Amino acid sequence: MKARHKRFMWIAIGLLIIAVAVTLVLRAFNSNLVFFFTPSEVAEQKAPKDRTFRLGGLVTAGSLARTSDGLTVKFDVTDTAKTIPVTYTGILPDLFKEGKGVVAQGRIGTDGVFKASEVLAKHDENYMPPEAAEALKRAGHPIEGKVFAGQKPVVTQASSNIKP
Amino acid sequence: MSIFKYASPSTFYPLAGKIAPWFAVVAAMLGAVGLYLGLFRAPVDFQQGEVYRIIFIHVPAAWMAMLIYLVMAAYGVMALTFNTRLSSMMMEALAPTGAMFTVLALWTGALWGKPTWGTFWAWDARMTSTLILLFLYVGYLALINAIDDKKRADKAGALLVIVGSVNVPIIYFSVKWWNTLHQGYSVATSGSSMDPSMRMPMLVMTFACWAYAIAVALWRVRAIILEREKEAAWVANLYVASPPKTSGARA
Repeated sequence: MKARHKRFMWIAIGLLIIAVAVTLVLRAFNSNLVFFFTPSEVAEQKAPKDRTFRLGGLVTAGSLARTSDGLTVKFDVTDTAKTIPVTYTGILPDLFKEGKGVVAQGRIGTDGVFKASEVLAKHDENYMPPEAAEALKRAGHPIEGKVFAGQKPVVTQASSNIKP
Repeated sequence: MSIFKYASPSTFYPLAGKIAPWFAVVAAMLGAVGLYLGLFRAPVDFQQGEVYRIIFIHVPAAWMAMLIYLVMAAYGVMALTFNTRLSSMMMEALAPTGAMFTVLALWTGALWGKPTWGTFWAWDARMTSTLILLFLYVGYLALINAIDDKKRADKAGALLVIVGSVNVPIIYFSVKWWNTLHQGYSVATSGSSMDPSMRMPMLVMTFACWAYAIAVALWRVRAIILEREKEAAWVANLYVASPPKTSGARA
């Protein structure tokens, strides 16, 4: 074995060991690496109860309501399996929409309502001109976006039951 | 040992000088076409409107940031296995461009994040790992400049870059492995969720960035070669045989 083959082998072994170590560390810290918890995870008591956390999912269509003061909004966040009601006082980001993704930071009250102090829009990976989106909708194939890892594709238009 | 012919700084120096301008021309042409198609020709997005056009800079920049790091790591492996000086010089030449693209990706991402997400920055896995990538670039440059002995500096730098390369798959797969604020892949080998009229300018811009990175790295490596090999006879001959060229001084 030539010296340079030996050196290459040591680099390869070293890199492999580091990769394995990092993988194990990341797996161990997995719960701290998620940016948000889904409603199902909250229902399974995986989210912290004593401190703030982020709740992520889709805004249930038709759930958005404003209270009389005009600033406080109420909406439901769902991952299609579980749904959590959210209240928030403040300005919503431009991309905030019913049926679209959202990440809210706050804590969950004893009444099961999530009181958000910050609301961020989380949009999906679809990019297309409005005409194309309209055409897809007319053809009965509304855009399906996956907003969070492991989420089942959600038909954003409630009217449609045809899957592409 | 013909494959190592251009691994020698003395043979690579003129070769780099010859091919770099071609890549610069390609970069300028593709960049102009890509920006024109992206900013004037591509349709608006159905959700984001005009603001999505940041992807024509943001996505190529982010891809380049990761790719350049991997190329540097490959040169690092070559530097440590074959003890080739040129590999270390190429690493040094690539690092500032990689750092520049990382800054560009983070910066454009922040500018886009405010109107779309509602925040400039969030500590999600994608953004945090990209910030670590920037620290790796800056750390590498700081390390090799902090050690006076060039041979030791090269070795330490190569080792840092190789170890840091585990971060690149973390950046790439972060949106798949964890819940992130950053959206998932729009362009993948299995298909794309981006309209072809938007994807095409983005790919043109990506190739423009490739050509730009190659051109700049080659010009920079020529300067590094001259600086490091200044004691070598062939460098002296460059200036004795012919009067100093302006291109040599500039590069």
